[in-house]
Amino acid sequence: MKRAELKQRKLDATSARVEGMSLPAGAPWADALRQDALSRLLAMGLPQARDEYWRWTRPDTLISDVPTPAEVFTPTEAPVFSGLDRIKLVFVDGVFDAEASDALEGEGLEIMRLTDALSSDIHWVKDAYGVQEKKAQDPVERPLATLNTAFATDGVVIRATGKVAKPVSLVYLHKSETSDAILHHVIRVEEGADLTVLENGPAAARFNKVMEVEVADKAGFHHIRAQGRDHERRAVTHVFATIGRESLFKSFTMTANGVLTRNEVVIDIQGDDSMAHVAGAAMGDGDFHHDDTVFITHDAERCESRQVFKKVLRNGAKGIFQGKILVKAGAQKTDGYQISQGLLLDEDSQFLAKPELEIYADDVACSHGSTVGAIDEEALFYLRSRGVPTGDATDLLTLAFLAEAIEEIEDETIAEDILSRLEGWLKRRRRT
Amino acid sequence: MLEIKNLHVKLEEEDKQILKGVDLKVGPGEVHAIMGPNGSGKSTTSYVMSGRDGYEVTEGEVLLDGENLLEMEPEERAAAGLFLAFQYPVEIPGVGNMTFLRTAVNAQRKARGEEEMSSTEFLKEIRAKAKSLKIDSDMLKRPVNVGFSGGEKKRNEILQMAMLEPKLCILDETDSGLDVDAMKLVSDGVNALRDGKRSFIVITHYQRLLDHIKPDVVHIMSNGRIIKTGGPELALEVEHNGYADLLAEVEGA
Ligand SMILES: Nc1ncnc2c1ncn2[C@@H]1O[C@H](COP(=O)(O)OP(=O)(O)OP(=O)(O)O)[C@@H](O)[C@H]1O
Ligand SMILES: [Mg+2]
Repeated sequence: MKRAELKQRKLDATSARVEGMSLPAGAPWADALRQDALSRLLAMGLPQARDEYWRWTRPDTLISDVPTPAEVFTPTEAPVFSGLDRIKLVFVDGVFDAEASDALEGEGLEIMRLTDALSSDIHWVKDAYGVQEKKAQDPVERPLATLNTAFATDGVVIRATGKVAKPVSLVYLHKSETSDAILHHVIRVEEGADLTVLENGPAAARFNKVMEVEVADKAGFHHIRAQGRDHERRAVTHVFATIGRESLFKSFTMTANGVLTRNEVVIDIQGDDSMAHVAGAAMGDGDFHHDDTVFITHDAERCESRQVFKKVLRNGAKGIFQGKILVKAGAQKTDGYQISQGLLLDEDSQFLAKPELEIYADDVACSHGSTVGAIDEEALFYLRSRGVPTGDATDLLTLAFLAEAIEEIEDETIAEDILSRLEGWLKRRRRT
Repeated sequence: MLEIKNLHVKLEEEDKQILKGVDLKVGPGEVHAIMGPNGSGKSTTSYVMSGRDGYEVTEGEVLLDGENLLEMEPEERAAAGLFLAFQYPVEIPGVGNMTFLRTAVNAQRKARGEEEMSSTEFLKEIRAKAKSLKIDSDMLKRPVNVGFSGGEKKRNEILQMAMLEPKLCILDETDSGLDVDAMKLVSDGVNALRDGKRSFIVITHYQRLLDHIKPDVVHIMSNGRIIKTGGPELALEVEHNGYADLLAEVEGA
């Protein structure tokens, strides 16, 4: 088939897909932004299996008219983050639940439901909604994010104006087996401010989420998320971030289970002397499929970026990593680091990685590495020879494998919480 | 205590016989030294005893207090009281030395049906023992053996041994890579564990170590067998004359 023909098919499929959907109504400016997103989507088309960027992850269930049903899983233990003093905002199958949520307020914070923000006249949201999503379409198209900008039905907008003590905790509950959720969050961390956002839960049978984050100068943003354990759920998420001068951006994701997860993170470092760290620890079983796709652009001097992605795979599970560091001309003294590793607990599992570096500045230090392997037999024997049973020894080595990613969580309490979840996941899978 | 009877071992992957009938008896509280040329099978003997993969026992048995070690998993052997200080200690990135030791101590206690050691008790013990081996707290926090110098790794093995309090300790060339002072530290560490019941097998190439850890019996291993057994004077003989005479003696016999 010729390229033009393929493209036409794709566009036809896209029109067919959005035909039955209607754009949520809001203020005229918001409607215009949504309309713009829809036009852009119709021009680029939804992803297809043949697209290079979707080479290893099949997009069909993410773009189908109706979501594949996903059984609701009810964990017995308390959810992650529940012990923290936080501002809890609950979404059930993608719909904000005011009853179950804390008040939309906090010191140094302005929080509003997205639908309310898009119906009123909030200048900073006007300049932010869909803006980063749109910018991030070049050089690689991310149509599912554009679909999100056009059709998002809920979400929050958060503006941090000072050092916010309590984390904003977004809790995504999944109650309906056929839910299809599209959430869009817009976050702005003002100069000198500091904000932590937590996310947890499966959200829906199918979940499309975009988070646009703008970190101004001398500001800090910390993001920690735990994607839900419902095995049949599907999720495509995008984090878009723009970072100012002398600022810090950190994002960590834990994923345990899920037949399909595609997490895209697109970061644009625009101010000098800033830092952006993205990390992920994923563990999966059987038909688990987990894709981390990261694109970090250095467009300023003396900035540091780190990508640390680790995946533990067993029983035929599949892990994907596509990560890029782009250093623009003039982004001198860039320090870029990227590591992606797969730990295969058996021979049926698979880890595929495409690390990329593109550098147009001459005075930079960038390194990347990708490895895939099994548990180190020497280390395993060493532990066993000291009396540690095989199962415990394997878990210890597995957690050690994940350690570099978990170390990216700054808050020790949260890091311990996350670690205990990972331990629990491993324990539940003990054969003996 | 320990009885190795007619142990024959070949490599699992290759048709290569490495041990060709090792016999060894170590009584409670005894220190036995094993010397012998490179490649004679000393490390193989200790690996087979501790249950490492890759070897096939074609004949013979190994009994620890009457229990057949060869039928046990490596962790069961450890819980039964066997400890091997590795010739080449393994680096384990991501696992803190302290966590590792605590996991090991408690795993063994659990396997023996004993109560776990509390964290305060554990900390107290490890601090005291680390101090006597001049292992600083930084080394305890670092990942197991990662970035440790050769001598530090060996001292770390002895620390593990001291914490695990085994019945039978095998030291495979623990002296190699140690400077004079470290040799003294390690020997003192080992001697401190001698209590009249605990037994030791010290594999070494040098008399030096045996000046500090005085053996009751010295064995010479060659080509997969113990070819000669004697008292401490045998080690001195090797030190002075090498193995040539001993080997010739056996071949001539
Ligand atoms: N896994 C293996 N694969 C191949 N050869 C092996 C293996 N293990 C042991 N051997 C061989 O078996 C023989 C005995 O090795 P071993 O390590 O036991 O010797 P050693 O007496 O400890 O020597 P050294 O004094 O050098 O430490 C050597 O020839 C060695 O190459
Ligand atoms: Mg050896």
